[in-house]
Amino acid sequence: MTPALRVSALTKRFGTQQALGGVDLEVAQGEFFGLLGPNGAGKTTLINILGGLARASSGKAEIMGFDVLRDYRQSRRALGIVPQELVYDPFFTAREVLRLQSGYFGIRSNDDWIEHILFKLGLADHADKNMRALSGGMKRRVLVAQALVHKPPVIVLDEPTAGVDVDLRQTLWLFIQELNRAGHTIVLTTHYLEEAENLCERIAMLKQGRVVALDTTRNLLANTHGQLARLQLSSQSDDTMLNSMGLKRLADGQLEFEFQHFSELEALLAKLRLAGLQVQEMHLQEQDLERVFTEIIRRS
Amino acid sequence: MINGSGFVTLLYKELLRFWKVAFQTVLAPVVTALLYLLIFSHVLDQHVQVYPGVSYTTFLVPGLIMMSMLQNAFANSSSSLIQSKITGNIIFVLLTPMSYLELFLAYLMASVIRGVVVGVGVWVATVWFTDLHVLHPLWLLMLTVLATGIMGALGIIAGMWAEKFDQLAAFQNFLIMPLTFLSGVFYSIHSLPSFWQQASHWNPVFYMIDGFRWGFFGLSDVPPTSSFMVVAGCFVAISGLTLMLLKRGYKLRH
Repeated sequence: MTPALRVSALTKRFGTQQALGGVDLEVAQGEFFGLLGPNGAGKTTLINILGGLARASSGKAEIMGFDVLRDYRQSRRALGIVPQELVYDPFFTAREVLRLQSGYFGIRSNDDWIEHILFKLGLADHADKNMRALSGGMKRRVLVAQALVHKPPVIVLDEPTAGVDVDLRQTLWLFIQELNRAGHTIVLTTHYLEEAENLCERIAMLKQGRVVALDTTRNLLANTHGQLARLQLSSQSDDTMLNSMGLKRLADGQLEFEFQHFSELEALLAKLRLAGLQVQEMHLQEQDLERVFTEIIRRS
Repeated sequence: MINGSGFVTLLYKELLRFWKVAFQTVLAPVVTALLYLLIFSHVLDQHVQVYPGVSYTTFLVPGLIMMSMLQNAFANSSSSLIQSKITGNIIFVLLTPMSYLELFLAYLMASVIRGVVVGVGVWVATVWFTDLHVLHPLWLLMLTVLATGIMGALGIIAGMWAEKFDQLAAFQNFLIMPLTFLSGVFYSIHSLPSFWQQASHWNPVFYMIDGFRWGFFGLSDVPPTSSFMVVAGCFVAISGLTLMLLKRGYKLRH
């Protein structure tokens, strides 16, 4: 099956600055894909190239098999982008904005779908207000609606929940998951790694314009350091000795132990018993994407 | 469900954009033109006669109509683009499947239409002050479309080039305004010293005004065919340049 998104050896330079340094990426149809990276990693540049807002210096990008330059009409019809910046046209109401956006794609008589997305995004009661009169969260919802107005099979959300309340996040993710279940491919960039961990099946991590990790979310979580144990000892002890056992003292006085297999934890507890130290409290903590992300970005 | 081009919607949106603020975009330039007419005709009507049998007030009106149309055609495309660029909402147009030609035609036609609406407004407002008759209506229409088209295209270039309102104001105040004011709106170039007469021949706006006036009086400073050649030539050249810049995505697609 044609991939929803295929990027090969994509580079982009802004003067002397290399924003993308040869990115290869493929996202299957129907996937929920995460594109993560620190600020300036090249995520937005990549998205802009997909949408035709920027032109690649070299390499190729395709949406649903359509080249973003050669077949730009088809590729743009197949793509909906929710931009990172909170931008809007102050001359129009939310409903007018959606009708216009629909018309830009050559779609007339789209009111049923427009009403549906207004309802799904909680905008129905605000649809006839001027864009200037809407709150930041409402404007963000309109941006999402604009990206969906032409029913694109591929939807790219560039930090769609930046600075918005919990209510919108929940509404938005429920709707996006519904669209994903209906077959739409979702590409998400976010700095809220918990969202990416919960939603994305696969994740690519970018750093300085290069892909430094690309795997399923499950593999990324499993292949980096396994689990963490937090311990509280009943008596004071020498840190040098504890460090030699692989324990790290944290700022709150607790001790942290990182392990892959439970046999390592068992060995630690045995060593502590031999040293005459008693464990007063112990909590196990699973590895989260934030730690994995920090680790991968740090070492790459 | 896809049954048309985005061009129609973009044109409609551009028309809606200026119509929603018609006090500023239509009524204000009509009032400004009327003030020019009242002041200049009050001061000069008894003292100046440019063409035989044509009062100065009547002579003034076609120039004022054309000047208002030109300035507003330029303002329409340039302000729309710069506002969209600065607020960032230009991306809603750039992300669509519309071609650079469709973008060009939509912005250009909206500029022409605003120019015509303002021009008709000035004409209607000055009806009570003059006895103006149209001699060559098709000629007037053709020249109006070409001249406002040139300004609409120049507005697209200025809107693409400018990164802030200050730069656009510079383009407007240091290029468009001098070209329109020094084009013979308020005088015949035959009344100028020979150096300035020669200089006026290098100003394409002079041919727009002079040719437009011929459509009313059948009288002009230069033959109407010369005016047509210059205006049509400028239209082709400036439209070509605008299309080339739009195709490259100049300052729009990075």
